[in-house]
Amino acid sequence: MKHEVFSETPLLEIQDLTVGFADRRGFLMAANRVNLRLPKNYTLGVVGESGCGKSVTLRSLLGLVPYPGEVIAGSILWMGQDIQKMSKKELERIRGKEISMIFQDPTSCLNPVFSIGDQITEMLRVKLKMQRHKAFDRAIELLAHVGISSPERRLTEYPHQLSGGMRQRVMIAIAIASQPKLLLADEPTTALDVTIQDQILNLLANIREETGMSMILVSHDVGVVAQNADYVAVMYAGQIMERGNAQDVLHNPRHPYTRGLLNAIPKIEQVGQSGPLEPIPGQPPNLTELPPGCPFQPRCPYVKDDCTKVSMELDRPEPEHGTACCFVE
Amino acid sequence: MFAYIGRRIVQAIPVLITVTLVAFALIHLIPGDPVKIMLASRATPEAIATVRHQLGLDRPLPIQYVRFLLGALRMDFGNSLFLRAPIGPILRQRALVSLALLCYSILVSLVIAVPLAILSAIRRNRPTDHIVRMFSTFAFAMPAFWTGLLLVLFFSLRLKLFPTSGLGSGPINYIRSLTLPSITIGFYLAPVLLRSLRASVIETLIAEFVEAARARGLSERRVLFKHVLRNSLIAMITVLGINVGFLISGAVVIENIFALPGLGSLLVSSILARDYPVIQALTLVFGITVIVVNLLVDLSYAALDPRVRL
Repeated sequence: MKHEVFSETPLLEIQDLTVGFADRRGFLMAANRVNLRLPKNYTLGVVGESGCGKSVTLRSLLGLVPYPGEVIAGSILWMGQDIQKMSKKELERIRGKEISMIFQDPTSCLNPVFSIGDQITEMLRVKLKMQRHKAFDRAIELLAHVGISSPERRLTEYPHQLSGGMRQRVMIAIAIASQPKLLLADEPTTALDVTIQDQILNLLANIREETGMSMILVSHDVGVVAQNADYVAVMYAGQIMERGNAQDVLHNPRHPYTRGLLNAIPKIEQVGQSGPLEPIPGQPPNLTELPPGCPFQPRCPYVKDDCTKVSMELDRPEPEHGTACCFVE
Repeated sequence: MFAYIGRRIVQAIPVLITVTLVAFALIHLIPGDPVKIMLASRATPEAIATVRHQLGLDRPLPIQYVRFLLGALRMDFGNSLFLRAPIGPILRQRALVSLALLCYSILVSLVIAVPLAILSAIRRNRPTDHIVRMFSTFAFAMPAFWTGLLLVLFFSLRLKLFPTSGLGSGPINYIRSLTLPSITIGFYLAPVLLRSLRASVIETLIAEFVEAARARGLSERRVLFKHVLRNSLIAMITVLGINVGFLISGAVVIENIFALPGLGSLLVSSILARDYPVIQALTLVFGITVIVVNLLVDLSYAALDPRVRL
């Protein structure tokens, strides 16, 4: 089915991406040899606990790894071009124009001292060279498009005058203003109420359907990813543990960590029953002191002696359903 | 916005009244008979009676206060005992010099502080930052009279670019004669502004909206000068406001070094001459200036940050 799209040149190809952070306290790898391909009109979901490197991986795609982090190996090919080798100018052009990003907390991501209108039209005028009045008209359209009522009035308002859901809608309006080919969504619904979460995810789905925009959806919430992604990558301690079609990964998980994640989700038929939720024992690892071998081995219920010795490789090539655990089945 | 301005002005009124009361009470709070102290050795009974009548001190207090207020509204503070001339015009002349000096100094300080603070913040903990911070500590540690004298020595005596002292006539000479005093004040004021702006720029740079602005592909320059700067200015303006309130009367050392006829030197000479009516008028002027500066600071907060306008 969806596998054919993998044969053409992907929109984005991440090869062996390794992002390291070094400071006086030590060195850690926030992303460790990450490989991912993203075809056009496709949604990739990235799941994992907090601190597993999913946000850093996402930021590296825009060349925005926070200081003191650095991409230390690997390449990121955007439509065949290596982002690492681009000039600052080229990178600035791609950001917001071809690849946009929305964030977890829309409240702190909008500048508190500029009106909504200022922030949307700035984007249109800087990135698309629109005239002031044209940008203004387009901003109204965009706000209406993301489901904000009386957009003319909202343009003159400031972020603190809007609700959380509306702020995220504004963020989306800004992100899609220049019709990007890829939207990076970093936990876009985590800071929102459950009902608003659904509205925002539906909005994103509609926009993708209309425009054919691809999306990378990063979330710690397996449910959110399950509903929205075509393809899923499960990350743990900076590494991809398992990846494949959303259906395959979430219905027939091959890696013990993915199984653990899925077992930890309450299911509707379990409501009122006691007991069966199983948390993953232990704590997410400290990235500065990773255990030898498989990083999940200290928490893994199926751990074997060899787990401390193996080096992690996904067992099947993309786009097949691969796992980094060599001892399943 | 208008409601906010209105509220601030209304809030300033009680403070204003207090200031007028303090200025008015000054003459009565001096221990002993003010008139005797003013006249000192010339205090014959007739002279005391005459001066007391001249100053209106023989009237009931409420009437004196009302007369003082009405006079103040017309810039009429009576006559100076020492200069034997109406205080109003003297004050106006002196205030103009002080105001010009103040504005010029603020301009110089901002021109020095803002670019250096931004540079220092974006190069945090790197050599540029260390150099800027060393410069600012050094400039701040220099006593004003010393800085002033060094500047005179170099720019006036050696390079003959600016006059050594006094106030030039004509706009160009006027500005020239205020240049070295303003730079001297700037040496004190710029480091203070620089530090607060540097700190808030560093704080703002890690805000998520800055990352979001970068992710939108806005140029670093635009992110810095539009998104970061506007969010960072409030702390610096607070510091500026406090210092302006202080400098309007505190620039006396500078006024003396450069022989500028400003309010600070007037205050010192009237205190030495026990010229109480002048001291009283100056107290009122300084008090009102501080109130006005505070009001301006509050208004600039509102102009910069919409959340303040609530």
